Amino acid sequence: MPTLSFVDLACRRGNRVLFRGVNLQVRARHAVWLRGRNGRGKTSLLRLAAGLSVPEAGQVLWGGQAVRRAGDYATRRVYIGHANALKEDLTVTESLRFLAHLHGRAHDAAVLGYALERLGMATRRDALVRTLSQGQRRRAALARLALERGASLWILDEPYDALDVDGVQAVNELLHAHLSRGGSVLLTSHQAPGAAAPDMAEFDLDPFA
Amino acid sequence: MISAFAAVYARDLRLALRRRVEALLPVVFFIVAVSLFPLGVGPEPQTLRQIAAGVVWVSALLASMLSVTSLYAGDHADGSLEQMMLSGHSGFEISAAKAAAHWTITGAPLVLAAPLIGLLLDMSAQALGTLVVSLLLGTPVLSLLGGLGAALTLGLRSAGVLLILLILPLAIPALIFGAGAVSAVDSGQSTSGHFSLLGALLILTALTAPLATSFALHIALE
Repeated sequence: MPTLSFVDLACRRGNRVLFRGVNLQVRARHAVWLRGRNGRGKTSLLRLAAGLSVPEAGQVLWGGQAVRRAGDYATRRVYIGHANALKEDLTVTESLRFLAHLHGRAHDAAVLGYALERLGMATRRDALVRTLSQGQRRRAALARLALERGASLWILDEPYDALDVDGVQAVNELLHAHLSRGGSVLLTSHQAPGAAAPDMAEFDLDPFA
Repeated sequence: MISAFAAVYARDLRLALRRRVEALLPVVFFIVAVSLFPLGVGPEPQTLRQIAAGVVWVSALLASMLSVTSLYAGDHADGSLEQMMLSGHSGFEISAAKAAAHWTITGAPLVLAAPLIGLLLDMSAQALGTLVVSLLLGTPVLSLLGGLGAALTLGLRSAGVLLILLILPLAIPALIFGAGAVSAVDSGQSTSGHFSLLGALLILTALTAPLATSFALHIALE
């Protein structure tokens, strides 16, 4: 399971340089909790990690290769951003099936049902996304994580956002299982992951502004 | 082999079916726009027959452009576009699927509505047939170009107007060959040249527009 590395990474948003000189590694079986004040560039860093944007300076490497060029990165990386990527007019199951199919994960009814069950959304599986609360939408969006079987890199932007205690617990259970499988995690969170969460190395982005 | 094309195409169609009224608005616009011409220009059959092909084609073009502005906006706003571009599938495949879905939802109904419209403008059966074929070849071009315009103007203010200004010039060849085919048939000439050019235009656009759209989408996500 390759390591995600940031080498002297700098990020610019418009005229502002958000951060520079960031060096960080996310190894297999390790989780990194990215911290920082609002506007410091946490989301931007995650997007750089995912390969959505190009850095101002420095490199984002996956097993030594630039992420935007690494062939297997797309299949080994799961990115769940702030936005839930759910369509309002589709049901929870339909939305999840689309995402699973798109990312080459199993998407038969049983597997999807199981994934929704893990996030406590089984009873709303045929509800239109439009009818869900914020917390429910977040659970539905995170259900993708319960579809993962192998070791992969999870890049999660505020996964605990809008979740209640049960939701947070469900996510933590998934994180534990993922790490013990050999996966790695890079996440941001305004709230502390809590005692039930796996051990995470903290990385503070503030000093790099 | 997982087909992203099929997944995106089916999803877009399903979404359109859930919002049937919205999906039909371009066709309604098309019919209303064409219906205005006999009112504005006068009901003289000779005049109507002359302008018919051009009127139908321009109205189809505008209906296409108006409906394509939201092609990527929704997906961009809710994060679906990010997921599609991160999936490892080629941007070409995804853009092609979006354009194909747009054509199925908007373009094909325009082609089906054209005979009705042609009758409104007193077109001859032959001209009508030629018009339908020209739209069949030309509306996919409009969907593909529209997709490119939508990707280029993604996230911008006044994206709709900007898109029309960007794409209209590119759509002019289709308009000229399409409407020209009907004029040719009316004056007794062969339409094979026009159809060949339209066909070639379709192939060229199908090969290049999704590629350019893919680049534009990557830029929009940066």
